[in-house]
Amino acid sequence: MAIASVARTEVSGDPAAAPDRPRRGRRATPYLLLLPGMAWLAIFFAVPIVTLFGTSLQTPAPSGEIGAFEQTFRFANYADAIQEYSTQLVRSFVYAGIATVLCLLIGYPLAYMIAFKAGRWRNLLLVLVVAPFFCSFILRTLAWRQILGEEGFIVRTLKELHVIPAGMALTASTTAVIAGLTYNFLPFMTLPLYASIERLDPRLLEAGADLYGNPLTVLRKVTLPLTMPGIVAGTLLTFIPAAGDYVNAALLGGIGNRMIGNVVESRFFQVVDYPTAATLSFVLMAAILVLVFLYIRRAGTEELV
Amino acid sequence: MTTGTTTDAVARATRADGGEDLRLVRVTKRFGTFTAVDDVTLTIPQGSFFALLGPSGCGKTTTLRMVAGLEEPSDGTIHLGEADITTARPFRRPVNTVFQNYALFPHLDVFENVAFGLRRRGAKDVRREVEQALELVELPHLARRKPAQLSGGQQQRIALARAVVNRPKVLLLDEPLGALDLKLRRQMQIELKRIQTEVGITFVHVTHDQEEAMTMADTVAVMNAGRIEQLGEPAALYERPSTTFVANFLGQSNLLGARLTGREGDRGIVDCGGQPLAVPSDRLPGLGGADLLVGVRPEKIQLRPADDEPIAGENRLTGGVVVDASFSGVSTQYLVRLPWGQEAVVFAQNLGLGERFPSGTPVVLAWDVGHTFALAGDPEAGTQAEDDVVGLRDRADSGAAPLGVVAR
Repeated sequence: MAIASVARTEVSGDPAAAPDRPRRGRRATPYLLLLPGMAWLAIFFAVPIVTLFGTSLQTPAPSGEIGAFEQTFRFANYADAIQEYSTQLVRSFVYAGIATVLCLLIGYPLAYMIAFKAGRWRNLLLVLVVAPFFCSFILRTLAWRQILGEEGFIVRTLKELHVIPAGMALTASTTAVIAGLTYNFLPFMTLPLYASIERLDPRLLEAGADLYGNPLTVLRKVTLPLTMPGIVAGTLLTFIPAAGDYVNAALLGGIGNRMIGNVVESRFFQVVDYPTAATLSFVLMAAILVLVFLYIRRAGTEELV
Repeated sequence: MTTGTTTDAVARATRADGGEDLRLVRVTKRFGTFTAVDDVTLTIPQGSFFALLGPSGCGKTTTLRMVAGLEEPSDGTIHLGEADITTARPFRRPVNTVFQNYALFPHLDVFENVAFGLRRRGAKDVRREVEQALELVELPHLARRKPAQLSGGQQQRIALARAVVNRPKVLLLDEPLGALDLKLRRQMQIELKRIQTEVGITFVHVTHDQEEAMTMADTVAVMNAGRIEQLGEPAALYERPSTTFVANFLGQSNLLGARLTGREGDRGIVDCGGQPLAVPSDRLPGLGGADLLVGVRPEKIQLRPADDEPIAGENRLTGGVVVDASFSGVSTQYLVRLPWGQEAVVFAQNLGLGERFPSGTPVVLAWDVGHTFALAGDPEAGTQAEDDVVGLRDRADSGAAPLGVVAR
């Protein structure tokens, strides 16, 4: 009764058109709220991607001038680029894959330890995981070049101990690039893993043990499936940027370690071959999308709560 | 603190093939400086339904977790039959637990939850065993549901099926009904008792709900502050509490200060506010001085008009005045102020025979000498405990909200 009378006074107190207006306003609110984000996406994502796609189909201008291209629709650019740079493409995915697996192997126990065993040190350890971000990505990778360099103490010690032969270097090697990728992307793996492990109900682990699961079985049958969202998020956050990375290969690798990112960079800025650079960017993006799609289907995250 | 009834109850409950009794010998568990379980010795006979009853923080859950292997005792040993399982890892014990909030695996469906233990042990006919277990809890149609799709009561049954299907030697139940609403709780009490009788497994049930413990268990151990206050059959505990804690925690008690003045045959005579009361000799506390507390349950007391004649064989307290009478249909609860100011509680069942006593009526309290017990100690012990318990229930409920929502 009370509600009805309130409603009636509201209606009777307003002119006939009034009740409609707030409703229409309310319907528009979500779109208004979406507007800044959509505008941002359009200006900084949609437009550049269309431009880039256009560039990828260009051919050198007939004048032969360096850096001059004319807009054509030469889809053969893709076949050419894939053929010429398939080594670097495959290498990128292999490096990124190995680095992702290493990150997972290091990050999972680390995140588990922080979530369950760290006690009052938990927050400090989390800060330490993030701490590298306080220093520039490039600087840190350069530092690794120093650490692993000929004159670095690691190489000198290893040589003194005859662990590695006198002529061998640690930089400019596959190992160094993968180690650099692993080092640089470890926080991106650890943080989502931590978020998902931390939410794990320890009573479920107790239930697993109570139901005759030894620690390894409980890990396999309870802990890993329940933290799958964190594993998927962490591997994607590691794999995608690592596949497109060029800093590690440039600073820690040699000629034989060039990844697709390095090729794109040199095509754009050194050789001034915009169409090939754009084409490779698109190929990388498409390949990552396909891999991620297959991976998510396989991991079956939609089944998780 | 444990009385002579202990051995009686244990002896009676022990079956002929008592080879798999669960025995706790001088078990102590300390967390830092806090002693959660203090020197507990218990024998739980094979096939019995045993309840550990006590307020929150009394150490009952810790005791259970030590039996499950989820905590290791600081001192003492735990035996199952001949085997010493004190330090055995949980997955090596023939013991299963129904956890407080069920702890069903959210990523597995009901069937796989129930099959979990069977698969780990490489059981042969998993499908048949699981189906039987689901039949036992009357939910065979839910096998392919995920736990999140079940109501609280259904989850509770699945948790039970998941534990029972392994045919453990001992089944531990940690407040299994705590998150259910009252009606469902009553229903599950009957269900649990039925299943226990059907499968014949030793059930150790931890609860803070005295009614739950009394209706289901063969033997109840009342725990307080890490120790067992009293152990025995539910009726024995209720009728003959041996400590003030038990007298107050199990139901309500009127505890009146008195002095032992003499003996008369098999009765002790005490002086209670100048009036003599008789207490059967075997119910007098063994040690201590002459100061004691005389106890009687509220429903055992009869109210009589002030001019009523005494009847032989009963205890009487005269000079009481009714200060409050609340009628609830089935019974009336009276509050009677005694001459020395203490208030006694009296429950009068609505038999339609006796008179009603409105507020202000002078009355006599009378009860059978056989219903009198005497205790030494703090008359308030155990009364506060009920409040703590309510607090705990609230917390447990809020914790279980995401699971229990469906049930409500």
